[in-house]
Amino acid sequence: MSETPTFQEIVFRLKQYWSDRGCIVQEPFDVEVGAGTSCPETFLRALGPKPYRTAYVQPSRRPADGRYGDNPNRLYKHMQLQVLLKPTPADVIEQYMGSLEAIGIDLRKHDLKLEEDNWENPSLGAWGVGWQVMLDGLEITQFTYFQQCGGIDLELVPAEITYGLERLTAFLQGVDSVYDIEWTRGVKYRDVRYADELQYSVYNFELADISTLWKLFEIHEAEARRLLDLYKDYSDKHRFPLLAAYDHVLKCSNLFNTLDARGAISVTERVGVIGRIRKQAVGVAEAWVDATTQEHAA
Amino acid sequence: MNLLLEIGAEEIPDWMLAGALEYLGTAVGDLLKAHQLGDASIRTDATPRRLVVRAEGVIAQQPDSEERVWGPARTAPPAAIGGFAKKQGLDPDQLEILSDGKAEKYSCIRKTAGRAASAILAASLPELVLKTPFPKSMYWTVKGGPRFIRPIRWIVALLDDTVIPFQIAGIPAGNQSSGHRKLGAARFPVTYENYEQKLRENFVILSASEREARIRAVPTKYKCDNDLLQTLVNLTEWPTPITGTFDPEFLDLPKEVLTTVMRHHQKYFSVETPDGNLAPQFVAVTNTDGDPEGLIRHGNERVLRARFNDARFFWETDQKRKLTDRVRDLANVMFQAQLGSYLEKTRRLVSLVDELGHDRHAARAALLCKADLTTELVKEFTELQGVIGGLYASAQGEPEEVALAIYDHYKPESMEDSIPRTHAGQLLSIADKLDTLRGCFRVGLIPSGSKDPFALRRAAQGIVKILVEGKLRLPIQSLSEGSLQLEEFLAERIRHYFREIRGFKYDEVNAVLAKGWNDLVDVEERLEAVRAVRPTEDFEPLASSFKRIRNILKQAQFEGTGDSLNEQLLELGPESELYEKFMATREAWRLMSGHRAKLEQIASLRPHVDRFFDKILVNAPNPVVRQNRLTLLHAMLAEFSTIADFSEIVTNSPEIKGQTE
Repeated sequence: MSETPTFQEIVFRLKQYWSDRGCIVQEPFDVEVGAGTSCPETFLRALGPKPYRTAYVQPSRRPADGRYGDNPNRLYKHMQLQVLLKPTPADVIEQYMGSLEAIGIDLRKHDLKLEEDNWENPSLGAWGVGWQVMLDGLEITQFTYFQQCGGIDLELVPAEITYGLERLTAFLQGVDSVYDIEWTRGVKYRDVRYADELQYSVYNFELADISTLWKLFEIHEAEARRLLDLYKDYSDKHRFPLLAAYDHVLKCSNLFNTLDARGAISVTERVGVIGRIRKQAVGVAEAWVDATTQEHAA
Repeated sequence: MNLLLEIGAEEIPDWMLAGALEYLGTAVGDLLKAHQLGDASIRTDATPRRLVVRAEGVIAQQPDSEERVWGPARTAPPAAIGGFAKKQGLDPDQLEILSDGKAEKYSCIRKTAGRAASAILAASLPELVLKTPFPKSMYWTVKGGPRFIRPIRWIVALLDDTVIPFQIAGIPAGNQSSGHRKLGAARFPVTYENYEQKLRENFVILSASEREARIRAVPTKYKCDNDLLQTLVNLTEWPTPITGTFDPEFLDLPKEVLTTVMRHHQKYFSVETPDGNLAPQFVAVTNTDGDPEGLIRHGNERVLRARFNDARFFWETDQKRKLTDRVRDLANVMFQAQLGSYLEKTRRLVSLVDELGHDRHAARAALLCKADLTTELVKEFTELQGVIGGLYASAQGEPEEVALAIYDHYKPESMEDSIPRTHAGQLLSIADKLDTLRGCFRVGLIPSGSKDPFALRRAAQGIVKILVEGKLRLPIQSLSEGSLQLEEFLAERIRHYFREIRGFKYDEVNAVLAKGWNDLVDVEERLEAVRAVRPTEDFEPLASSFKRIRNILKQAQFEGTGDSLNEQLLELGPESELYEKFMATREAWRLMSGHRAKLEQIASLRPHVDRFFDKILVNAPNPVVRQNRLTLLHAMLAEFSTIADFSEIVTNSPEIKGQTE
């Protein structure tokens, strides 16, 4: 490796690497999500019997993690590189290790450990088992074998590989703050992203109007529910806008996270609200399986 | 022959290896025995990527077996006899005629050739392996497919040098093992004999004790934490410890924060200076053969620096607002929807601590103890709640007693954990737990089965432990505020504590608790006394007699008349002697203080009680005499059952024979 790769070069190389291994390289999903897993490309594609491979970068919003751009390691919006391999190839870990080599990490000189870490997203009724991948003591990747999505046992178990791109780049570039990451030659992460971190922290922690957010939550929830109610009697299932219904579920999820960061949700309320989101997510997942099964049969 | 079974899997969680090995070793041993393949010596080993069973001395072939088969009776029609013979592969004239004890029958010996060990193992091992119990298993192929802890990627199954032919989840058993992910070969052949050596050549140390020795061999003198050590042994195939350093400036941060980051977040050992202070060093255990360029050390140091920087940033930010000022912010921190905010909890704690014992340090600590929930450091390291509050209190000039009480108030966090060190801390801890219990029981959040989301069992257990071990004479029954459910919940925890944690026998606990449990210090003393006296020869027979007395009274539906005993009606001999002994013992009790001495004293009643039951008919024909005798028994039972209800003691000695009721 002649020169340490920049942030965007790391993204290019990883995309190329997974493209070479049969992945459809997607662009980020255009509804705000807390993690790449929530995107339909993962959440819905994991369902059903159809093999699928995809890789994409997903900006992921976690309102509670915002730090006004002050904290060198914590971000409101970080970038994940999400890879979904369905079904899981038997050499999936070797392939993953190959991807690290591809971005310039000589694993013979580093310490790589897979430490148990089971993933769960209760508001999507999704969970899996797997590891956090530790490189020289730094968590760089979450690796998960999905078991359920939307409360449904998966037909084919996919492997989900989620790289934390900022951390990985900071590691490779040897910088202590994500803001010092070189995005491309001569441009720092700070130059590109600092304003987002500052402004969204102010919004999420100080200015977001709680009652407005609740109203929005209820509007999106109602729309998702209305659509799901229509699905049952809709004759031409493959035309039915389940993807649009799912957008509204994701909106609810992000509003919930913002309300949570704002301190507007108590411990017990939490369980109830998560249950409401989950109900719609499960509804979409079940309808999705139903629609795709009918499509297969046809 | 020798058996080698290696299940190669993706990284198995470190804490699950021991349980899996225990099962596999036993199951393989049992399988061999059940099939008469010998009482082989079994050895099990594991690394994160393999579960290994080796058995020495497996018999290659089951012994042939013979079995007598009975056919039709001698008198049966020839067709039936012919059919039987044909089924056994014989001519009819090769059959014997024998009596099976009832009738004469056609019969023959059927010989079954013993099966080869390899065939038996091939048939049984797949199911045996997939039955390995794991706390959380997964499937990795298709729905309904095999389940294991993580995907199985290779299998070595050899009987001496021959592969046992079977497959699990589509993976055929073979002789190819796999080395360290980066330092070893992906596949290489092994035999039973060279297995460990081949692994070693491929950077896998099979023996956990050898891996442990490698970790211990680091020149830096680190603080050995055995749980962490075992975790690291089970997380590595070729462990190499490295020593890193951090900027001594971080030592200004509390030791608790630094060690939590190192121990819990990074799995590092912390290092102490000879005088017991924290040194600016750590020991990380890598899964490699070394770090010649210092890259791994450098990486780990960088991660630790980032984490310490976070902690320092939080510590400094938090100091800008004192705990006193933070109390009001607790209005925005929800304790539980129906039970209000932490500010409301704080108010309840202040008054509860006052109710439990007027201790001004405890009262002050109660006011401040939850304020650390609003600090960044606690949001980051939730496991340090309380501890952080104590440290901040100390840094902000609160009295040491207050700081310590806050620091300790979540203790004991488990039954192994110690109780708060100070009286104020004990009061506060009890108040905190009690408030949670009372509140949850009031609004119906009562644990059921394995569901206990608010950890109420642990809270109740903590109260019991503090009362007993802190020797606090607080009336625990009145703590439950008249809620019978809570009272029973506490009673259950008391029973659990004395039985499971303290090792008292269940009948001793029942006997003692039956006589009140409002003062747990007293309960403990009574239990110690019962335990001490129990092995003496008179105790259990006496307990039997007490049980008998209780039964007699119960059958007679006698609950005491209020009339005193009429001495004139006592029959001279065993009855009057028992009465005199009873009066003397009662008098002696008045002068005694220790439970144990009292119990020894009543044990001496035994011969008199025995003689009484031997010679005296309680159920006397004369109702006045009968009444008098019941009064005597009733008085004795009431008088001497204050320490324990002896009728609860399970005894082996039979009840004294003689009179039948």
